[in-house]
Amino acid sequence: MVSTPLPEPPPRLWRNPEPKRHYDVVIVGSGGHGLATAYYLARNHGIRDVAVLERGWLAGGNMARNTTIIRSNYLFDESAALYDHALSLWEQLPAELDYDFLLSQRGVLNLAHTEQEVRDSRRRVFANQLNGIDAEWVEPAEIAELCPILNLSADVRYPVLGATLQRRGGIAKHDHVAWAFARKADEMGVDLIQGCEVTGFRLDGDRVTGVETSLGPIGAGRVALAAAGRTSLLTDQLGLRLPLQSHPLQALVSELLEPVHPCVVMSNHVHVYCSQAHKGELVLGAGIDSYNGYGQRGSVHVIERQMAAALELFPIFARAHVIRTWAGTVDVTPDASPIIGPTPYENLYLNCGWGTGGFKATPGVGWVYAHTIATGRPHPLNVPYGLERFTTGALIDEHGAAAVAH
Amino acid sequence: MLLIHCPWCGDRDEAEFRYGGQAHVDFPENPAELDDAAWAEYLFVRDNPRGSFHERWVHTAGCRRWFDVVRDTATNEMRPEKVVP
Repeated sequence: MVSTPLPEPPPRLWRNPEPKRHYDVVIVGSGGHGLATAYYLARNHGIRDVAVLERGWLAGGNMARNTTIIRSNYLFDESAALYDHALSLWEQLPAELDYDFLLSQRGVLNLAHTEQEVRDSRRRVFANQLNGIDAEWVEPAEIAELCPILNLSADVRYPVLGATLQRRGGIAKHDHVAWAFARKADEMGVDLIQGCEVTGFRLDGDRVTGVETSLGPIGAGRVALAAAGRTSLLTDQLGLRLPLQSHPLQALVSELLEPVHPCVVMSNHVHVYCSQAHKGELVLGAGIDSYNGYGQRGSVHVIERQMAAALELFPIFARAHVIRTWAGTVDVTPDASPIIGPTPYENLYLNCGWGTGGFKATPGVGWVYAHTIATGRPHPLNVPYGLERFTTGALIDEHGAAAVAH
Repeated sequence: MLLIHCPWCGDRDEAEFRYGGQAHVDFPENPAELDDAAWAEYLFVRDNPRGSFHERWVHTAGCRRWFDVVRDTATNEMRPEKVVP
């Protein structure tokens, strides 16, 4: 049984133009971040001579592979501000983009399984509240009402002692999010160019003047990278070394099931996160595979562990079949926070290092990255996220609240 | 799951190992002379190639010894490092 019918896409979403020889702004990568950036460049800054170049097909990289969770319950002020800006944009975007991408604010539970985790979680709730972000601490009795299928027995290896709850958190239909941004960006004049791989840069001294692509050179006033796990392969062309390591990140879905899972459940401790998609699949994810890799496949034992953890939390899923597993390539920084800002090369901008958590930030990062590109200076929300923090030591060491292992 | 060749124990499942990142990243010879940028490079920046990568693994569930291999990060083919004479 289908729980919610998916909305029909409009008949025409975007043109497929030939690339021009020059643009004011070239964005490399047409994932959610690249598309949202193009949209806000046009909408907020009136910059419409923009191309988004994509080596594969639109939103076919990590955007097509993520587990679609949206939340802003981060511990540090810098993270809370950025992710909550994104969440407040998510809430207005379906109307603004005139596209029902099935934003479902069904609530996100982050479980605590040890006494120390209870303390840490409560601390995060207080930090969220101080930052004006909705957050609650809920006891097992209330969890049982919020998510009746969760195993709250005390007789398991890691009993659930409580959880944080962000009611504004939830999920959205990732493909439709990308199409919604793409359609509006296209309407405002942005050229979305698929099958166009960026292979290098055109330089005048330390000034970037364009990109080399599989469809020939394209000049650009400014070049903005939004290429996720492949960012360092591009910057290697310039000898610009970034604190990034690219790893496989796996997820999986079950067959379609009756609607049984009413919210999003995440557990740092047993390490799995699970929600039920609109169509009915259970969507499960965990952390990255330990080693670097561009193969877009990970190791079976990572999936085995996340399924074992899921089964302890949700015994009802014991007979569910896994239909698909897959991996994306995510770029991980040493402090588990992204890099957004200028580079030592004039006119070249970076948005990378989102690790496992880029989807939830999509509109927020599009907003601040567009500002950075348009003005040449970071937006106040991405000032702390510059590349220089690895030299100054002002890291945003957010591994804990990132909620998944990096 | 990778099948990893431990030089001492032979071929074992990846689950017996922990990953140690890039090989041959030595502590700076003259740490007092490093400026902030050089420290940042040493602490935070590693190669991230698509292709051959010299890296370290430790056989945690076996002999607990460290060793280096060369792995292709696109195909996961692994081979021992050549011993430089």
